[in-house]
Amino acid sequence: MTRLLPFMLYRLGQGVLVMLVVAFISFSLFTHVGDPINNMLGEEVDETYREQLREDLGLNDPVPVRFIRFVGNAVQGEFGVSYRNSIPVAQLFGERLPATLELVFAAAVIALALGIPAGVYAAIHRSRPSAQVIQILSLIGISLPTFVTGILLIYVFSISLDLLPSFGRGEVVDLGWWSTGFLTASGLKALVLPAVTLALFQLTLIMRLVRSEMLEVLRTDYIRFARARGLPDRLIHFRHAVRNTLVPVITITGLQIGSLVAFAIITETVFQWPGMGLLFIQAVQFVDIPVMSAYLVLIAFFFVVINFIVDILYHAVDPRLSGTLSDGSGKGMP
Amino acid sequence: MTSQHPAGQARRLLRPVARLWQSDLVWSFRNTPYAVVSLALVLAIAVTALCAHWVAPHDPFDLASFNILDSELPPAWVEGGSPEFILGTDTQGRDVLSLIIYGARLSLLVGLASVVFGLVLGVGLGLLSGYVGGWVDALVMRTADVKLSFPAILVALLVNGVARGFLPPEMHGQIAIPVLIFSIGMSGWVHYARTVRGIVMVERRKEYVLAAQIVGRKGWEVALLHVLPNTMSPVTVIATINLATAILLEATLSFLGVGVPPTEPSLGTLIKVGSEYMFSGIWWVTAFPSLLLVVLVLAVNLLGDWLRDALNPNLQ
Amino acid sequence: MLEVRDIHVEVEIRRRRLKVIDGVSLSLARGETLGIVGESGAGKSMLGNAIAGMLEPPLHIAGGSVTLEGRRIDDLKGEELRAVRGRRIGMVFQDPLTSLNPLFSIGDQLVETITTRLGIGRAEARRRAIALLEATGLPDPAERLGHYPHQFSGGMRQRVVLALALCLDPVLVIADEPTTALDVSVQAQIIRLLDRLCREHGSAVILITHDMGVIAEATERVAVMYAGRIVEIGPTERVIRAPRHPYTRGLMASIPPIDRRPDRLAQIAGSMPRIGTVLPGCPFSPRCPSAVARCHEAIPALAGGNGHLAACWLDEAAS
Repeated sequence: MTRLLPFMLYRLGQGVLVMLVVAFISFSLFTHVGDPINNMLGEEVDETYREQLREDLGLNDPVPVRFIRFVGNAVQGEFGVSYRNSIPVAQLFGERLPATLELVFAAAVIALALGIPAGVYAAIHRSRPSAQVIQILSLIGISLPTFVTGILLIYVFSISLDLLPSFGRGEVVDLGWWSTGFLTASGLKALVLPAVTLALFQLTLIMRLVRSEMLEVLRTDYIRFARARGLPDRLIHFRHAVRNTLVPVITITGLQIGSLVAFAIITETVFQWPGMGLLFIQAVQFVDIPVMSAYLVLIAFFFVVINFIVDILYHAVDPRLSGTLSDGSGKGMP
Repeated sequence: MTSQHPAGQARRLLRPVARLWQSDLVWSFRNTPYAVVSLALVLAIAVTALCAHWVAPHDPFDLASFNILDSELPPAWVEGGSPEFILGTDTQGRDVLSLIIYGARLSLLVGLASVVFGLVLGVGLGLLSGYVGGWVDALVMRTADVKLSFPAILVALLVNGVARGFLPPEMHGQIAIPVLIFSIGMSGWVHYARTVRGIVMVERRKEYVLAAQIVGRKGWEVALLHVLPNTMSPVTVIATINLATAILLEATLSFLGVGVPPTEPSLGTLIKVGSEYMFSGIWWVTAFPSLLLVVLVLAVNLLGDWLRDALNPNLQ
Repeated sequence: MLEVRDIHVEVEIRRRRLKVIDGVSLSLARGETLGIVGESGAGKSMLGNAIAGMLEPPLHIAGGSVTLEGRRIDDLKGEELRAVRGRRIGMVFQDPLTSLNPLFSIGDQLVETITTRLGIGRAEARRRAIALLEATGLPDPAERLGHYPHQFSGGMRQRVVLALALCLDPVLVIADEPTTALDVSVQAQIIRLLDRLCREHGSAVILITHDMGVIAEATERVAVMYAGRIVEIGPTERVIRAPRHPYTRGLMASIPPIDRRPDRLAQIAGSMPRIGTVLPGCPFSPRCPSAVARCHEAIPALAGGNGHLAACWLDEAAS
């Protein structure tokens, strides 16, 4: 069966289209705002030299040509120099990316490891008081803005108890292409509060989604039929229902990891975590166009990739969608 | 029961309105204590905030009314507090209680405006998508898919960032609030659009639409009369939950320094400014706006949760 | 073998308490096939679920009793109830596609049921599964054990569902509209298969359907339900040939005759009262073409001889 391939191609095309739209917005930002020559040379330089440079840089070329050049550069990771830091954006991102990814990874592990079991529990025992407590806690969880959680944790664990650091990454080990905080005690200590802060909101969301998805599954005919055959609850819940619940949850989880990257912006601001999010927020405040547009393109790319992976996973988990399994559907018609 | 004839239209048009206020809903409300408490809280906060000018004990915008000597006073019940400033004062000597009343006003107004903007945009696009169909539908729905794969906070931030990028810096202060409303509204339209489109798709296939077309009336005119009332329940639920999200987004963006200008008190800016003094032990400037924000959002969320269950046709 | 006595099923929605089944009694002998027929909403499925202990809250049994092989089963809970399900009472639902878990192969679902309920090894369970599928007429059962539900046609899926319902040798099978979701061309096959398999296993059958044709084909006795009550019950042949309740007559008139194309089918005017509507008289009286004053005032009880009973004031047995 080859149903998978056209679908994947379609999604790939959609992804490319999204990237082009984002790239165009990003490109328009560049061309619309200010004169890059001013940013590079300052205002005192002689007009003929300016014109010369403009010609050399291709700034007088027609828009489509410049857009294609912009996309070409973007594909190679070339976004120019940050107005604020005067460092090439690519280099800046290289320094900041590990911090964000480590934070997101830690938060994702916490959110999934606690969110899925809590959601399953709350669905199976939905009338128990403990499940209702979980449900109420989860509502408080989604009503707590990330930055309030962060501030609260800082107040309790850094200011009052003086147990954990309130800002920065601690000591990091430089592996050449990657700087990690996972290998030092101070790095790990510094990670705790930001990771918990970032995880909390997603944890409650995942929990609520798993719960409602699982409740939906528990109402289906095949679960009723399994009950009617007298299968034990344990089997029905943890074998049948959980597996069916996890199919949609994979999609949601993929998107949640994307959300973590977005919410990292807030967490990084609260904890002064030297990652991409903090960089982006500072760029927005200072209207640092190269950094903003690069972040825009990068984050869109990240989301497109995540969505694509989620689609593939979805097909791998569900036998109805995986092409390799269906070979006998035409056989044995009555 | 799909065979309605146009004569019963007026009644049908009113029926969902009646259904909304029908005793079942009111009964469910009276028997759900958390819904009553939530609504009471939301109304109390909203009324207090809207009457800020008359209710607030001090005017945080009147420079003459506050004294630097009163600065950094803790809440009244803490040692060193003054009964004049129940929740204490900030570093400039402004009354925290008055600040959060004015702050809640701005947060609520921005939240409501964004919800209205998102609702109008979403319902409009949903109707368009459902009626016109074809490539318009495909375009709107694919855009919705893409939009949905990006978290609301990111959409709001990016829209906000892009808007700032396109507008000259000297305008940033004065247009900050419209930009904020626009960016939060842009992050919320998809749910309305999808829901409304779904309802349109169902209604337009019904016999009365075809019947009306046969007698020469435009099908969409008839269907519109039926679709809008049908969308009321789901749209109300979405809007309520959306309001909680919008208030959170406003606070978050303001906290990040890209929302309301720092000079205007909104719950987000108050928390941001307050959090900077937290390390010197002045916890109250950030604690009270945070508390109010969480209570407000929680109450709206609880209300939304209750509404969703109460209006769920499967449970009726 | 099965004795249902004055069973009431209710549901509480918001502040209202609605009667879904209003005092139904019936009995079933070992190996007998009973049809239950009526419009949708008459309470047929609820009755089946109530007998099997499959009512989902907020639906619940509010009165009466169900006795299977001399043991009361309507008040069972937890492990005791689970012991009855599948092992004493097998169930077949309407849609074979949604009845099977899409993420598990059919072999997996069969073997799992057999091993967990009968306590036998996987290899033996697998042999049984193959034998069962073979008996349902599924081609190459051994090979198809590893296939997933979506890889089968509707008729084949319902064969798998029948195998699952019968794999624990229940004494009673409740089949709730087992052919409604199927293609017309395979409906008769499945009904015949159900009939044959249950006879081979010695199981009694309650066949719930809205299709009089199915009733005529596969049942020995039939109960006609209307608005949560049985309005007529008796040997299928007699009920079809000489219906005594006006509602049954209406149902008969709405079946297309096989031998000629009718110009138009008779239809019963109006619709069944909504659940929760309380009428002082016969629930069918608002639609009944021959209702008299008395019909609107008091509810008739089932009456009649030779096992053929009807609940109608106009029936001579009642007066």
